[in-house]
Amino acid sequence: MDLNSLSKSRDRGKIVEKKLNVPAKKEELVSLRAGDYVYLTGTIYTARDAAHKRMMDTLEKGESLPIDVKDNLIYYLGPTPARPGTVIGSAGPTTASRMDKYTPTLLDMGMAGMIGKGKRNQAVLDACVRNKSVYFAAVGGAGALLSKCIKESEVVSYDDLGTEAIRKLTVENLPVIVIIDSEGNNLYETAVEEFKKSL
Amino acid sequence: MREIQAEEITSTVAEMCIDANLHLSKEMQCRIEEAEKKEKNPLGQKILGQLMQNMSIANQDQIPICQDTGMSVFFVKVGQEVHVNGNLTDAINEGVRKGYTEGYLRKSVVNDPILRENTKDNTPAIIHYDIVPGDELTITVAPKGFGSENMSRVYMLKPADGVEGIKNAVIETVRDAGPNACPPFVVGVGIGGDFELVAELSKKALTREPGSHNLQPHIARLEEELFEEINKLGIGPAGLGGSTTALAINIETYATHIAGMPLAINMCCHVDRHKTVSL
Repeated sequence: MDLNSLSKSRDRGKIVEKKLNVPAKKEELVSLRAGDYVYLTGTIYTARDAAHKRMMDTLEKGESLPIDVKDNLIYYLGPTPARPGTVIGSAGPTTASRMDKYTPTLLDMGMAGMIGKGKRNQAVLDACVRNKSVYFAAVGGAGALLSKCIKESEVVSYDDLGTEAIRKLTVENLPVIVIIDSEGNNLYETAVEEFKKSL
Repeated sequence: MREIQAEEITSTVAEMCIDANLHLSKEMQCRIEEAEKKEKNPLGQKILGQLMQNMSIANQDQIPICQDTGMSVFFVKVGQEVHVNGNLTDAINEGVRKGYTEGYLRKSVVNDPILRENTKDNTPAIIHYDIVPGDELTITVAPKGFGSENMSRVYMLKPADGVEGIKNAVIETVRDAGPNACPPFVVGVGIGGDFELVAELSKKALTREPGSHNLQPHIARLEEELFEEINKLGIGPAGLGGSTTALAINIETYATHIAGMPLAINMCCHVDRHKTVSL
């Protein structure tokens, strides 16, 4: 299916579904389009406010990050504690704009993209285009459902931050939607207008 | 005087915190089911279906509906004829500590807004007390997530702004909240009082069930009109377009000053958690 027919099918309200193994190859990320419904399988990392701040402080001191962000996705997540015998607790996305201040630096270091929810600023969008990166949204308020797609979870750094520690997750068919693609298309800018036009 | 033991308050609060984070009200579940049937955007419909599935997994596997199990907000009505054996505020905070630890809920509170060290037990709670006639202690807990809290606003409107001014401000707030506050929303609105009371009213409005209306006819009408206008915005589930932007809008009012018309809008997602118990 070429790009034109893809966007036409979306105009008719069809949902374009794709599967992606992560970490993904650059050409696979570049082929994703804003509006695609993607199931992610593989390894991703979590980090939210406090972990981002600490990573930036580390970089400012000229030291290296505790994880290699290159080619990896960061999920903005602070889960609830796992009950005994389970992998993780509730695990939905947090609001991404709070990480806007830190995101361009990480993208310029080769991070493949982010999973969160909500709007990003122009600097993040520009950094996505510059680095051919992708911003995905997971459905907010669906943390119990999303937790079922997480098969392994391990704290790899900043353990003292509790829920805000950096975790390495193994995910299977984690459902996300492409919001900003590597060409700079932004689904939040178009989806509401397209819906209103379709009425 | 009726005596109530602090220990009873603590164990009740602990259970309420856990229950509120695992189960939404029947009314809310019905609202989402109805919205899913009516939603005009296929993607929006799919997302509403996921929210329904999420609620049943939360219920079945005791996994919180949302990972943001909130800051614990309480509205407590203390009967004048009640005597608490012990410290009431400490008893409530001990209940939060117990509930959030034993219920595997997320500890999301930092000790100081600038130093930001996690207290690791979700205390302290935010507690609003009201002294009322009678010999009962009525406790409402409303764990509030901050994705939507951050998109909330206070406007110090003036009398000349009128109902139009109120409507414009509510619409502006909902539009700006967009995908950040996890639509579909429950919108809590306070009108009147002063700067601090109006915000409290807007939070209290969120503890009313969706589908209920303010008892004053002119306010109930404003709720209906705003509900319709918000759902015409097209923001939709997850902010990706659709006919379901709000599941409810609840308004609470209070007398105000001749020079003012304070307005507060407390945004909330569908995870509008609240439980009430009387002891």
